[in-house]
Amino acid sequence: MVDLKASAEAASGPKPQRNIRGSLWYDAWLELRGRVLFWLSMVILVVACAMAAFPSLFARLGPNEHCDLRMSKKGPGGGAIFGYDLQGCDYWSQIVHGTRASVMIGVAVTVFALLIAVLLGLLGGYYGGVLDAVISRVTDVFFGIPFVLGATVVLVAFPGHGIWAMTIVLVLLGWTTMTRLMRGQVIAIRDTDYVQAARALGAGDRRIMIKHILPNAIAPVFVVAMLNVGNVISGEATLDYLGVGLQYPDVSWGLQLNVAQVFFAEYPHLLVFPAMFLTATVLSFLLLGDVVRDALDPKLR
Amino acid sequence: MRYAVHRLLQAVPVFVATTFLIYAMVFSLPGDPILALAGDKPLPEAVLQTLREHYHLNDPLIVQYGLYMAGVFLRGDLGETFTGQQVSELLQDRWAVTAQLALTAWVFELVVGIGLGVIAGLRRGRLADTAVLAGTTFVIAVPVFVVGYTAQIVLGLDLGLFPTAGTDEGWPTSYLLPGMVLGSFGLAYVARLTRTSVVENLRADYVRTAAAKGLRRSRIIGRHTLRNSLIPVVTYLGVDFGNLMAGAVVTEGIFNLPGIGQQVFQSIQLQEGPVVVGVTTLLVMIFIVANLLVDLLYGVLDPRIRRG
Repeated sequence: MVDLKASAEAASGPKPQRNIRGSLWYDAWLELRGRVLFWLSMVILVVACAMAAFPSLFARLGPNEHCDLRMSKKGPGGGAIFGYDLQGCDYWSQIVHGTRASVMIGVAVTVFALLIAVLLGLLGGYYGGVLDAVISRVTDVFFGIPFVLGATVVLVAFPGHGIWAMTIVLVLLGWTTMTRLMRGQVIAIRDTDYVQAARALGAGDRRIMIKHILPNAIAPVFVVAMLNVGNVISGEATLDYLGVGLQYPDVSWGLQLNVAQVFFAEYPHLLVFPAMFLTATVLSFLLLGDVVRDALDPKLR
Repeated sequence: MRYAVHRLLQAVPVFVATTFLIYAMVFSLPGDPILALAGDKPLPEAVLQTLREHYHLNDPLIVQYGLYMAGVFLRGDLGETFTGQQVSELLQDRWAVTAQLALTAWVFELVVGIGLGVIAGLRRGRLADTAVLAGTTFVIAVPVFVVGYTAQIVLGLDLGLFPTAGTDEGWPTSYLLPGMVLGSFGLAYVARLTRTSVVENLRADYVRTAAAKGLRRSRIIGRHTLRNSLIPVVTYLGVDFGNLMAGAVVTEGIFNLPGIGQQVFQSIQLQEGPVVVGVTTLLVMIFIVANLLVDLLYGVLDPRIRRG
């Protein structure tokens, strides 16, 4: 139906090559364009990214700036729409500055994990044999480490870590799912007719992998990557909350929730506002992944 | 059978490598545990040496690891802490707490998750489906500790439906709320997975064939659709039991349950390496055995895998 239309367009269009190759993604875009959820999550994510990149546009004060202990834990009102935190800092400003840690770690971890997954999945799935066996077993080993315990052990072993150390730890524990998926995709595509045809025409391994297998294998991995950003942000916040992640004077939502846990019964605003921002961001990444998956899956149309 | 042996042989090196990795990480924690034991008063060199000998701290890491694993498998001995307490003794009561918690969460995931997933899948695109999709996405997005505190305040304190903390009222009363919080994430996954699977299978050729043969709808759904739809769900549930045991740290903290999660967390911060290694080794073992069982079960449920 949509496919037929797209290929008809492609056949009559001036540059048929591009439209045929991009048809899955192009169709997905046509589908996405009309989804409310897509635009809703995109808007939230654009705002979150803007807050992460230019916090001073949104926040009145810098991180940990002009804090007044006399205002400690005061609720919203009188110039501070979100009230004040334990140190008496303007909570709205603190929360805005907390965006950067979450968004940066979420995106950076996923990008690195995706690169590892694509590389190892392609090599292991395509060549098979000993290389594949080794890659698969190493994946199994890292897959078997429980997330919270593994991360806690590493983070306690290397105290004084910042955003980049957190990123490395989360990549180390988080690259396995996508690698397994990528490998499975590559194996499924390796023996298809078009790959055989390319090989018969004399294409080399590298060309087959990059030009023929990668574009056809990447879609589900890409979707999982989007969902993964949300999960990483959630996981990072959990480690901060447990007190083994980022440390003061870093500012992050997880740290704010860590402080809030003691006082939230009397001062619910301490818990509610950072939790709201965290949930909105994670939810947007999950929704985006969901709608993109639906759009990329022709079976559901 | 060949499939089973093959899978078992694959699991062994994975187990060794994972546990060694954890062992190496834990014992590379900074600080000298023996010196820390002594506190401010310096111990005589001879005593230090004897203690180090006793805990094999002078041997290379790989030998220490070998001795430790030999102890675990030959004598069921998880080692002793640097204060001379047996790790297995220390964990004895705590295991029960975490196992009860994980089991409660698991049953909750299984029953409610599959139930919601089936309802949503059968009514795809209707109100029930939309509600399940929206609800599960939301549950996945909210961090578990926020869910925990909110549930504790609203359901426990304000409405008084559940005890708010501790294990005084025993199983199941004390474990219901923490179990639901711990299982909420997995429940959402199970529901979504079941839904997708049911939707896909309802379109399958064999379901159309069954309908064409004139079978009753209840039989088509019960015997044909559900049975095949549950294969991926079974996989997830199997793997998730290990995750629940390991992920209980946060929930145990919120609801003040004296389980292994809390113990491990304290031990990591106090540099009690032997406890951390003992628990993590057991957790990895549970995780790998669960994986193995699921793979074997998968082979039974779907003959294509066994023969493929």
